[in-house]
Amino acid sequence: MFDALSDRFEGIFSRLRSRGRLSEADIDEIAREIRRALLEADVNVRVVKDFIARVKARAVDADLSKSLSPAQQVIKIVHEELVQTLGGEAGKITMSSKPPTVVMLAGLQGSGKTTAAAKLARLLKSQGLQPLLVGADLQRPAAVEQLRVLAQRVEVPFYSEASDPVSVALGAIEEAARLGRNVVIVDTAGRLQIDTELMDELRRIEQAVKPQNTLLVVDAMTGQEAVNVAEAFNQTVGLDGVVLTKIDGDARGGAALSVKEVVGKPILFAGTGENVEDFEPFYPDRMASRILGMGDMLTLIEKAEEAFDDEQKAKAERIVLEGEFTLEDFLEQMQQVKKMGSLQSLIGMMPGLPKEVRKAQIDDREIGKIEAIIRSMTLEERRNPTVVNGSRRTRIARGSGTNTSDVNQLLKQFKQVQQMMRGFGGGKKGKKGKRPRLSDLRALQQMEGMPELPSGGPRS
Amino acid sequence: MIAVVIVIVVAVLVLAGVVVAFTRTGIGRGSRSRELPGEAPDLTRPPAVPPPTKTPEAAAREAEEIAQLEEALRREAAAPAAPPEAEAPEAEAPEVVLEKPRLRDRLGRTRSALSGYLREMRGHKVDADTWDELEEALLLADVGVATTQRLLDAVRQRVNGSGPDNVVEELRAEVVAVLDGDSDRSFHLTPGEPNVWMFVGVNGVGKTTTIGKLAAQETAQGHRVLLAAADTFRAAAAEQLALWAERTGGEIVRGQEGADPGSVVFDAMSAAASRGADLVLVDTAGRLHTKVNLMEELKKLRRIVDRTEGALKEVLLVIDASTGQNGLVQAREFADAVDVTGIVLTKLDGTAKGGIVLAIQHELGLPVKAVGVGEGVGDLVAFDPVEFADALFND
Repeated sequence: MFDALSDRFEGIFSRLRSRGRLSEADIDEIAREIRRALLEADVNVRVVKDFIARVKARAVDADLSKSLSPAQQVIKIVHEELVQTLGGEAGKITMSSKPPTVVMLAGLQGSGKTTAAAKLARLLKSQGLQPLLVGADLQRPAAVEQLRVLAQRVEVPFYSEASDPVSVALGAIEEAARLGRNVVIVDTAGRLQIDTELMDELRRIEQAVKPQNTLLVVDAMTGQEAVNVAEAFNQTVGLDGVVLTKIDGDARGGAALSVKEVVGKPILFAGTGENVEDFEPFYPDRMASRILGMGDMLTLIEKAEEAFDDEQKAKAERIVLEGEFTLEDFLEQMQQVKKMGSLQSLIGMMPGLPKEVRKAQIDDREIGKIEAIIRSMTLEERRNPTVVNGSRRTRIARGSGTNTSDVNQLLKQFKQVQQMMRGFGGGKKGKKGKRPRLSDLRALQQMEGMPELPSGGPRS
Repeated sequence: MIAVVIVIVVAVLVLAGVVVAFTRTGIGRGSRSRELPGEAPDLTRPPAVPPPTKTPEAAAREAEEIAQLEEALRREAAAPAAPPEAEAPEAEAPEVVLEKPRLRDRLGRTRSALSGYLREMRGHKVDADTWDELEEALLLADVGVATTQRLLDAVRQRVNGSGPDNVVEELRAEVVAVLDGDSDRSFHLTPGEPNVWMFVGVNGVGKTTTIGKLAAQETAQGHRVLLAAADTFRAAAAEQLALWAERTGGEIVRGQEGADPGSVVFDAMSAAASRGADLVLVDTAGRLHTKVNLMEELKKLRRIVDRTEGALKEVLLVIDASTGQNGLVQAREFADAVDVTGIVLTKLDGTAKGGIVLAIQHELGLPVKAVGVGEGVGDLVAFDPVEFADALFND
């Protein structure tokens, strides 16, 4: 969907190679491309400006002309700068010397405060703390009920009362003392930062209970508005940190950068799914890769971890190490891959794939077609496709409802894959197989119809 | 195409191999199934419960609302040419019946990103800075890089040397042109037959609230509205909808939390048929468009509604105005899955501009059909391209 930054850089740097050094104009052009990438990722326009200025300064200092791969060098600088900007101590709340520690969650409507409150309670509980969940969102119908149910689910006591949010928060502190809970997590109503009445109410809650942790909850899909929201909440209640929610989608999450720049306090946690356990410390490096559209290998690996059971993983390992790969294995692989999501979404997460692959509109039914062809083969044919002759081809095509040219194409390309897989393994017995590397994926370019792979982002 | 599929499958295979070879420590976490922890899937789901028995207060409130409704109907009947006829094609434009706030009035609070620039631009020559400033303003409104460039290129060609005022006029006109395109912005409803509007979208965009507002509007227009609480996933989502049903005097069909949303939709369809409801509003659980199984579930819900031929009149994608460029991806994915008929743009009462709807309309042809401008029952207004553009450009 998004052109990786590296593709665009390729053009700029291929000219560089013929000239030998970066001109002012080159650097400007690179800066423009970085700007575009960041804007497409929803980083705020003004934040982008400052960021680019910093990157530019670093890029000029770095001696790119001597670098073997200036494109990757520049991306590395951008990536590092992003990680640095996004970084900070994540995964921890500030504990009060005098219990209870108070955490207050604030943000726009629908940013995920209630869910985040329950997830945070669960996390803190697992760390040995005794949280109390407090429903102070008396605005949205059934919001209190929602938190009550979630509190039950994470087995944490719950407190609310039908009065006003300030009284609820104050009552909760007393309740925590009574129950001996050492962390109070206050869920507040969603509010627009320009709603002076509700912002004033938030300030009153804050003044009443003096939270050590006033956290802004921000949806990862937020656009340019993130800056205004962060500024206003920070001014009103003085934020101590940020929770970034819904990062399990495919938004590139530039809002994280915008908010971090404005608030200057760390992004502490990230909401990574719909279940109460889907909550983890924020990882700046993952977010940096994502903002740059460099794929999300870690998410992909997680998905693979889920889709493959231990036996299948062991088998995958054997195939890769030994390089023996049959159509039978391929058929089995496809079942796992299907579990991981649509091909299109997988492509989005994979760095370094050819542009043509990334841009292709892929129909998942295509898998069904390939499956049908393989299923129409005998076991012998699947294990040793070379036995497939003309009459077998016709039979397979008829059996799978395809035509012989489809069958031919599959066989031909599968043969290339087999060769490639042998290349991975080294295939020698006794000698420990060479450990496969992700960059070996480049071997895929040897496949027919595959263009040369562009150089991907920095590989860790 | 086969080559592409093979590449991906093999790439994933290699990946899996690499994962095992390198990270035996296991980066992955447990499964992310949507089941509640520790609970077996409930195969013997109790049937969707009938509308809750009314408390005395609720009954009193309802009586009051019925009185209001009757009053509204009397007014309507008194108006000439208003009686609803069986062959009346579509619901008439809502603003005719309800005295609703207009988009323009509600956007009064919205601070225009452009206004500052425009004031500065007055009396100056159109130069490179002018274009940069316009670009920045559009980007700040979440219009997106590609759409912004297209808009500005179009304007650049047309103005060619005229003054700044004219540049802004042309840009405004261009925005309206992108949004207009003879779009059908009405909510379709045919009296005398079952009508279903389905609401879909990612988490937290305001689906339930939008349904509550629409239920009120449609009830006030004399339709018998039934709410289907097919969001059985989010804790207390059904309670939230039930409170709206109570407020608006509509009926609700709901299942237990964790119940199969398909059965709720099914029950709602039968309940609508037996009780003679004109309009079923289906609330679905928020879901990220990247979750294949949840998108499949959504398709299934649609198929259940489609069993009643012709009943499904609208599939409305709800988008939060503060959404950035991911909004376009959302629209594309939901449209692919369930054939979205239009967009409801929510939370436009803040400073967010919702500029992503320009890209959605341009690339997918999906029109905005309504705009949410607050949490109150009346805070849903008709979309108007000119007013929307004005909100972007007025100073």
